[in-house]
Amino acid sequence: MAESSIAILLVWTLLFVYSILGSVDFGAGFWGMVYGRSEVTNAGALANRYLSPTWEVTNTFLVLVVVALVGFFPKAISMLGTALLLPVSLVLILLLIRSSFMVYAYSSKKYGKELTIVSGVTGLLIPGLLVAVLPISLGGFIDIVDGVPILHFGRLLASPTLWVHLGFGLSTELFLSALFLADYSKESGDRGAYLLYRKAALWLGPFTLFFAVITTYTMVSEAYWIVEAIENNVLWFIFSTLAFVIGYTALLWKPANGMPGVPRAAFTAIIVQYAFASIGYGLSHLPYIIYPYLTVEQGFTNPNTFRALLVSYVIGLLILGPAFYLFWKLFLKDKRYLRQE
Amino acid sequence: MDNVELARSLFGTSMAFHIIFATLGVGIPFMVVFAELMFQIRKNKHYAILAKRWTKGFAIILGVAIPSGTIVGVMLSLLFPGFMAIVGQVIAVPFQVEIWAFLLEAVFMSIYVYAADRLSPLLRIVSVFFVALGASASAVLITDAHAWMNTPRGFDLVNGEVVNVDPIAAIFSPSLYTTALHVLSSAYMTGAFVIVSLAAYKLLKQGKSKEEYDYHNRALLLGLIVGGALSLFTALNGHATAQMLHHYQPEKLAAAEGLFETTDYAPLAIFGVADPETGEVKGGIEIPWALSFLAGNSFDTVVKGLNEYPRELWPPLYIHTLFNIMVVIGILLIGLSFGVLIWRYVLKRTLPRWLLRLLVSSGALSLIGIETGWIFSCTGRQPWTIYHMQLTKDAATQTGNLGLLFTLFVSIYAVLLFLTAFVLRYYFKRHPVSKDLMPQPHITEDEGVGTNG
Repeated sequence: MAESSIAILLVWTLLFVYSILGSVDFGAGFWGMVYGRSEVTNAGALANRYLSPTWEVTNTFLVLVVVALVGFFPKAISMLGTALLLPVSLVLILLLIRSSFMVYAYSSKKYGKELTIVSGVTGLLIPGLLVAVLPISLGGFIDIVDGVPILHFGRLLASPTLWVHLGFGLSTELFLSALFLADYSKESGDRGAYLLYRKAALWLGPFTLFFAVITTYTMVSEAYWIVEAIENNVLWFIFSTLAFVIGYTALLWKPANGMPGVPRAAFTAIIVQYAFASIGYGLSHLPYIIYPYLTVEQGFTNPNTFRALLVSYVIGLLILGPAFYLFWKLFLKDKRYLRQE
Repeated sequence: MDNVELARSLFGTSMAFHIIFATLGVGIPFMVVFAELMFQIRKNKHYAILAKRWTKGFAIILGVAIPSGTIVGVMLSLLFPGFMAIVGQVIAVPFQVEIWAFLLEAVFMSIYVYAADRLSPLLRIVSVFFVALGASASAVLITDAHAWMNTPRGFDLVNGEVVNVDPIAAIFSPSLYTTALHVLSSAYMTGAFVIVSLAAYKLLKQGKSKEEYDYHNRALLLGLIVGGALSLFTALNGHATAQMLHHYQPEKLAAAEGLFETTDYAPLAIFGVADPETGEVKGGIEIPWALSFLAGNSFDTVVKGLNEYPRELWPPLYIHTLFNIMVVIGILLIGLSFGVLIWRYVLKRTLPRWLLRLLVSSGALSLIGIETGWIFSCTGRQPWTIYHMQLTKDAATQTGNLGLLFTLFVSIYAVLLFLTAFVLRYYFKRHPVSKDLMPQPHITEDEGVGTNG
């Protein structure tokens, strides 16, 4: 494999991991807001219990994606940085408000409700905005004028493809987080919360599929190339849909012990669904990073830096692997943390 | 303002905002490590309570430090795409490793805060040590990129193209060691003086129990020892930093000292305003020969003046004032901390209220020192983004809308500064130390910074 292919694979993997982590994180913030003040259910508290120790790690992953892009594809970042100044700045502002208000809410019972609403709503918007980068990368919204990439913000806002992408980002965020929290509540032995999140996931699942299919029909004419490429890679999307069917029905299976659904199987299958779809989409997107201005090969860094970066990835994984294991054991596995009242 | 100035203002403001939280994010965990260690040595529960309460404050600060750090990281690519195109090819590794360090900090921070009751004493110390290590390593790695901007190595620019890249040479650029030590020690020092400020403020209040006074005195002593030692170290290392400038960035040193003509036996000017028309510092105090000695450890060292360089490549002359503020604050803090330590623990006399009031100001002074130091180092490199390699005007974005974004970001920073102060105050008012000091540890429902479940 060419070095640039390894690099784009790595960036794509990180992006995929972040999209899952980020969806669950921002979604959990939203569910924490919705169910947080309820007297009847523990579901909000559960979402917050997941969120408290994890949001910092998730946030760091977002920076990791940007830094990986800077290191492996510096020319892509300089082009994207210029074009996306406005939308990404908005994401940054929302992110700042979301995280700080979340911590404020934890620290102040009295104003907790208002503060949680701010962090929940801002968090809800972030994944949608991040997904907006996808249609921009497909062409039709960036022009290069005198060597400077310009984003046509008005044209973007007026285009249905943006809104469908936003809908896809939003429904995915809520679906994935509901599914994850269903599994998390079951692990915590909280039947009421489990049933609530399972119901939410059952409602949201079809919407994600609907938006995913619709996006291909709303592409602007400049982006038809990816529709054709997707048709050429259609097998991945068929596998993906199959995984969705398995995952969705797993919520309806009835094991012997009574509680309907097997959320662990459902969540795993849905991750597989998104992985397949990401691979198919990624393959269709090649060789372009930003159509039609920049290919993977053109944006690639020099081999020396590439190799130094790879070494840093190996060392980073060696150090962080055990730390993540401990983290997972303490917060996602330890019954004493999961079942505290 | 033109686009370049707007980009610099927006980024500079974001950095100035982030630096407050980032510095405390490095300095406070360092103090928590000391408190945890003292607790294991002395077995006095005051130290455990100090560690716990500082960590709570730190957790709130981190809530702003992390997203504001995300902002400056991403904003670099947005506002200086030309710069990041070179960074990505030459000095990407420290940025990458900084993420590993930061993940380490974030993971162990959660473990230390949310799993404290499930950890053995050893694992507790190990996790808080990793938090401090991760924070410090992040600071060093980001400083590495900053050092490289001042003394760039490891690449050549041929017709605007980056060639002959040597990432290792870029990482270990000549100013790395002095600069990284300076940033680290001044951050630790700031963490310590913020603790000193808080303890002195509490000691000023009347009508506390003897145990509370003892508790705050312990915090004060710990802060003064760490702060005093590190302010001294920072000053010595600052001397090395000045010599590094003399060697590698002579025009920055010349502007810092307001020196126009190259000369040996150069005088050191304190305060005053550097006047480019007359070529001297107006209204300052001159110490003869001192600059030569500072730069090269001997009075006949020849120090380069600004006139050696074309005027359009001069750094802005106001950095003379920034430099002075930083140095004067550093010297004040050394004098204050050692003075108080001698007064209290050698002469065994009680601290008068005016001295406590002075100590209250030490945290803020230290932060001002940090801010002026950073602004000095970054504006002192102007008009270059990468010294003698890339001009800032070639690095900055050419997109519009910056004015709008500037207003937006600055207002949010102002609101968040106010809110963070409010939340910190609110939290510690609701959870006074007297509750923690009570014999039975009682658990209130809203105990944690963390769980609201």
